[in-house]
Amino acid sequence: MVEIRFHGRGGQGGVTSAELTALAAIEEGKYAQAFPSFGPERRGAPVMAFVRVSDQQILTREKVYTPNIVVVLDPTLLTIVDVQAGVPDDGIIVVNTKLSAEELRKATGINRRLAVVDASTIAIETLRVPITNTTMLGALIKATGIISVDALRGPVQKRFGPIAEKNLQACLRAFEETVVEG
Amino acid sequence: MGKRVGMEVSIAAAEAVGLCDVDVIAAYPITPQTHIVEHLSELVADGHLDAEFIPVESEHSAMSTCVGSAAAGARTFTSTASQGYALMAEICYIASSMRLPIVMAVANRALSAPINIWNDHSDMMMARDTGWIQTVAENGQEVVDLIIHAFRVAEDHRVLLPVMVNLDGFILTHMIEPIILPDKEEVDRYLPPYKPKMRLDPQNPLTFGPVGMPEVYTEAKKAQDEALKGSKAVIVEAWREFEKQFGRSYKPVETYKADDAEIIILTMGSISETAMTAVDKMRAAGQKVGLVRLRLWRPFPAEELIDALKGAKALAVVDRSLPFSGGCGPVCVEVKSALFDRGLSPYVQNFLAGLGGRDVTVEDFEAMAAKVSDGLAKGLPMGYEIMNVRE
Repeated sequence: MVEIRFHGRGGQGGVTSAELTALAAIEEGKYAQAFPSFGPERRGAPVMAFVRVSDQQILTREKVYTPNIVVVLDPTLLTIVDVQAGVPDDGIIVVNTKLSAEELRKATGINRRLAVVDASTIAIETLRVPITNTTMLGALIKATGIISVDALRGPVQKRFGPIAEKNLQACLRAFEETVVEG
Repeated sequence: MGKRVGMEVSIAAAEAVGLCDVDVIAAYPITPQTHIVEHLSELVADGHLDAEFIPVESEHSAMSTCVGSAAAGARTFTSTASQGYALMAEICYIASSMRLPIVMAVANRALSAPINIWNDHSDMMMARDTGWIQTVAENGQEVVDLIIHAFRVAEDHRVLLPVMVNLDGFILTHMIEPIILPDKEEVDRYLPPYKPKMRLDPQNPLTFGPVGMPEVYTEAKKAQDEALKGSKAVIVEAWREFEKQFGRSYKPVETYKADDAEIIILTMGSISETAMTAVDKMRAAGQKVGLVRLRLWRPFPAEELIDALKGAKALAVVDRSLPFSGGCGPVCVEVKSALFDRGLSPYVQNFLAGLGGRDVTVEDFEAMAAKVSDGLAKGLPMGYEIMNVRE
């Protein structure tokens, strides 16, 4: 079983990222759970959302404490949230940042494997809004292969309707541009 | 045979209600409410469901509207949680006493104060003595299945009682997971159209809920108690039919690796899945630990429970609401009562866990098993313990 934690700010689509990941995994015939960090929702405040993906039925309702994968939708969270909390040594952190992995490591002290992409720029150029949820899914897929872009098409279409195609473009461009540490 | 979809459990619950061809939904759309009635209002507004959606001014009015609607012979649904349930409680007694087959989903949540919208079982325990049938879901699939089952049981002329389907707030209501939504034709085969036994009809006037003087009140209540107790056979029969139709099996008391268990953990609701993982872990370490889960809370399945527990030396009974100085929590009270009535006296410790949204983990269940094992060996006093309190 793989566990994922998304860090975003209220309104950026972290919860949507989690939902789309789970829906894509379920589309592929896997088992998955997606859930927000339960509580009052405030625009702009740091929020988290969680996903579990497994080939077997998932028999736990615990919170996610030790995610194998962390996705950071907003670079400004890196200085105020410990994004690698609970991540095992072989975990990976996928970050929306203009920095290289090496620069990011120096700036934050993160000592897990990194994948980096400038998702904010891609989102602004492709979607005209700084909402990085679908863009960061491209980075997640490149870094981990936890789901396929094909499985994401249906859920994205259902969720975004007329702007689904642009969201998929942003996702694919992020997939191309994400740099994953070896 | 239905289609497997990824869906938020609340949305799936609403879809299940829609598949049941409900006639009337009355609900009050404010916190604490869930997407269940929100999605039902969309289904009605978009023309996908031919039903009356009645937005009312309070939860008290929601249940009052349901009482009127069900008395008029309409298939009726509502949903609530925590404080909302508290406000509707007065009318819930009337719904069951008037033998009205209303179905209600309760997204189980804590009661204030302190203000808390998170999951525990305070609301469903407040409903314990209302005379409603209460079933409990452990996952999204069970929510869908139990809602379909609820209409069939409630409307059976041998029952004619309201049914509350309990699902853990947030932990289930806000969870996206894979769920098989049955085909409409399958549900139609399982759930016949509602034929009221008696209904409010100007052409054939009847009185529902008149004054019950001391000369008749006791007899009326005895009849109601007998009806609730007698509903168990119909509930079980409807689950058997459900298995034939849909292939998924349900029982009043469910067990997991409990046959040869010396220590049994007893749970109700979504924490049961976490408990299964804990049992697997302890079994792998050579401990004879098993799990028993209550699927049916009212009518209380004492015989089935004793059958599942017999042979265990020690029980860790989990409650999700407080007894406030009583001997133990409401689930444990029933367990001890059922044991005592049959002259059985295993070691029983009651753990109050998952209050107001506190997480219940695999480690918590391991700790419970260790504590009852220790308590049994040392002859420690029995009682209740509130888990994981920060001192």
